[in-house]
Amino acid sequence: MINVEIDGKLVETENGSTVMDAAHKAGIHIPHFCYHKKLSIAANCRMCLVEVEKAPKPLPACATPATDGMKVHTHSELAVKAQKGVMEFLLINHPLDCPICDQGGECMLQDVAMGYGATASRYSEEKRIVMQKNIGALISTMEMSRCIQCTRCVRFGQEIAGMMELGMAFRGEHAEIMSFVDSSVDSELAGNMIDLCPVGALTSKPFRYTARNWELSRRKSVSPHDGLGSNLAVHVKNNKVMRVTPIENEDINECWISDRDRFSYEGLNVPERLTKPMLKQGGKWLEVEWPAALEYVAHGLSQIVNEHGAAQIAALATPQSTLEELYLLQKFMRGLGSGNVDFRLRQSDFSADGKQVNAPWLGMKIAEINTRDRLLIVGSFLRKDHPLLAQRVRQAVKHGAQANIVHSSNDDLLMPVANKAIVAPNELLNVLAQILKALAVEKKATPDASVQGVEVGSAAAAIAKSLASGERAAVLLGNFAQQHPQAVQLALLAERISALCGAQFGYLGEAANTVGGYLAGAVPYGNGALFIEKRISPRRPKDVVQGMNAAQMLASPRKAYLLLNVEPELDMHDPQQAMTAMRAADMVVALSAYKHHATDYADVLLPIAPFTETSGTFVSSEGRAQSFKGTVKPLGEARPAWKVLRVLGNLLDIQGFEYDTSEEVRDAMLSGHNVADKLNNHVEGVAIQAVMSASDAGMQRVANVPIYSTDAVVRRAASLQKTSDASTPCVKMHGNELRKLGVQSGGAVKVSQGRATVRLEVQADDTMPAGTARVAAGHPATAELGAMFGTITVERA
Amino acid sequence: MLSEQIQTRINRELKKYPSDQKQSAVMAALRFVQDEKGWIANDDIADVATYLGMPKMAVYEVATFYHMYNLKPMGKHTITVCTNLSCTLCGAGDTVAYLQARLGIGLGEVTADGKYGLREGECMGACKDAPLFTVNNKKLCGRLSKEKIDQILVELDQS
Repeated sequence: MINVEIDGKLVETENGSTVMDAAHKAGIHIPHFCYHKKLSIAANCRMCLVEVEKAPKPLPACATPATDGMKVHTHSELAVKAQKGVMEFLLINHPLDCPICDQGGECMLQDVAMGYGATASRYSEEKRIVMQKNIGALISTMEMSRCIQCTRCVRFGQEIAGMMELGMAFRGEHAEIMSFVDSSVDSELAGNMIDLCPVGALTSKPFRYTARNWELSRRKSVSPHDGLGSNLAVHVKNNKVMRVTPIENEDINECWISDRDRFSYEGLNVPERLTKPMLKQGGKWLEVEWPAALEYVAHGLSQIVNEHGAAQIAALATPQSTLEELYLLQKFMRGLGSGNVDFRLRQSDFSADGKQVNAPWLGMKIAEINTRDRLLIVGSFLRKDHPLLAQRVRQAVKHGAQANIVHSSNDDLLMPVANKAIVAPNELLNVLAQILKALAVEKKATPDASVQGVEVGSAAAAIAKSLASGERAAVLLGNFAQQHPQAVQLALLAERISALCGAQFGYLGEAANTVGGYLAGAVPYGNGALFIEKRISPRRPKDVVQGMNAAQMLASPRKAYLLLNVEPELDMHDPQQAMTAMRAADMVVALSAYKHHATDYADVLLPIAPFTETSGTFVSSEGRAQSFKGTVKPLGEARPAWKVLRVLGNLLDIQGFEYDTSEEVRDAMLSGHNVADKLNNHVEGVAIQAVMSASDAGMQRVANVPIYSTDAVVRRAASLQKTSDASTPCVKMHGNELRKLGVQSGGAVKVSQGRATVRLEVQADDTMPAGTARVAAGHPATAELGAMFGTITVERA
Repeated sequence: MLSEQIQTRINRELKKYPSDQKQSAVMAALRFVQDEKGWIANDDIADVATYLGMPKMAVYEVATFYHMYNLKPMGKHTITVCTNLSCTLCGAGDTVAYLQARLGIGLGEVTADGKYGLREGECMGACKDAPLFTVNNKKLCGRLSKEKIDQILVELDQS
């Protein structure tokens, strides 16, 4: 530690820190543009010039290392003169068009010019003009003349997003920020450049010119789209969400959010929103009042309970639903006497049900990922499924960690990967067994009998070696591994591997409440919340049956389905089977924010509020319960789903539905409990099966859920849907497989699974394992197909 | 695709740097492209980026930063006249005017037959020979007079 004096204030700061850091510690503001605490030092704006005693010239605070006994003046005559001079030069080519600038009112340049600049410009000559570039649907560069060349956006791309898409071309007065030959900026984190830009050069394309900063009220919320639980500021004007920006939380999202979190709000204000309850009568949809719709649902459900038994009713919810909604849904179902409730819609292996010690979770704090020195990531489309978590892994790798990947698709993670094993889905288990066996040898332990039979390949040996040499390792299972038909066996092996190398073992959460769903008890086992409120009294105790999980509910169709936020053709593991079950059901009640395809098969549509219009709680991957309030009033007659479920509970005389606020619902679950005690990835009583090498299973499907297809809100966000990540999925196969089919890359193929065939474009991707075809799920183009895993037929179209 | 000759030259250049610092060879690589083709197209920039494992934009930054990379087709013989202070004092203005008259093109232009290009350059560090120009950034021709320029052009015509 060293002592520095800034403006007469003594401050102690770490060795190697800069004058800017020391000033920050002392609570002294030094004006700056190019400096950003998360980015490398550029020192090219010169705004942070300060006077340092014994230095002949003013020095940039952001790039000057603090030394012991240094005396700094930020407001001395020399410093002020330097700052004034820099300000004048920064404004020489700036258009000074604040009144028509979208950044006006929240502009660093405007603020700093007010504080440190002159009142008027002395410059009357011609200013330079920089033409706009088209860099995609999210970021507008219409006014690049405003750019002051701080290069924050360039450094963000290089250092945080991992891909340098913007750069500064040309030199001196001709320097311009641009992308390579008008290519679009495709990073899934690119929206952060809008926040980073200290002037109005990079602005939000969907938001610009729709509101002024001072007209907006900024309300806190939490992202529903991935398991991270990013903290959001939802900006509201006239009861409408105008835009979303990050709220800094170093433990979760740092100061970033993904584009999915930032731009998904567009999906909240679409004409497709359901604003009145609707009933289907005589094949026609009628808008009705709430009481009529709820009476109809209550009556219909009790009729089915009476005639066919409660086990004929099933409830499905998305993991993006709030904790309160999930809790009341399962309570409602169990109150009816049915245990058929599930939120794990894309899961296919339920063999750990009832044997999972507690809710599966990340196994560590999110921030701990940065400190890992060895990582094994199994079955994850990491960048697209967890954009910000991938960023943390990227930072860990930058600081010397080794990332090891076991997956069925070789996506570019935009970071150096130490070892990769890219194999067909039915070989994943075998690869993990190989790693376990090799690791046991490395650690001089006896390998499990179940993995004795496998032959260790070079990739697995290298991964084992990497894991064995680390001190702080982590083994993480991605969405793909969790959706895998052998998910539980994969998890058991992964747990064994982490035990051998002292690693943290965890699951990457697919959505905001992937952990919360378990805590709320929205699973068919455990008879209610894991925070057990034991006395949920069924109306007729004899009706209590062992509940069915999401797959069983569809495999043996039920008479009635209750859908909470679910679009079965897009959200389910096997949409084909799901749609068959929906069409065959006597009654389908869709609680949805949108008028979606449920109009084809549902009987009742109940308009519910998306995350911005309801209060609720999300429990993130790391087990952090974050409650939020509604940021705007529900649109039209939409109501928060927890209220709808509460009234339905009352109508059916189910006990324990006397909640007045969502906080009461949450407290009924969480108060007196510590969430951390309820998290445990261990599975008891499931044996590791002997691992064999996989038999030839024909062409296997590798299904990712594209980043902008994950949930109902994102699927309707117009600008996100214009990005290249949202383009219609094409089949990806190895070039050899294409030659076998006699199809050229870029040609069309027929993809068949179950009863359906769809026509898609095919692309050669020589990193795909032989015998696999990547066909995305969750997209209308592939919604008719069957399960996300398994055999698929690809033919020449 | 970069030609075999360019690849060989880049490979030789790469030996000068650590294997994880391939980007150090970017300026040389761009020079090799220009030596062979006379100018550097965007496709070439992309090829160099792929070859050196760099982002395309990073190579583009370098290619646009330096004046001596031609980003549009120039003549077979591109004459770059220094117009900095020493040369101007010694009559660079006359040199430019004479070349423009002889070749019938302005600065930054190429003759219709593609044989000559003319552009302005910065100090070549050889002020004792002012006024001067270079041919294709390689050959320095100093102490220019009308006669000497004529003589050089005749030589270039024949080559």
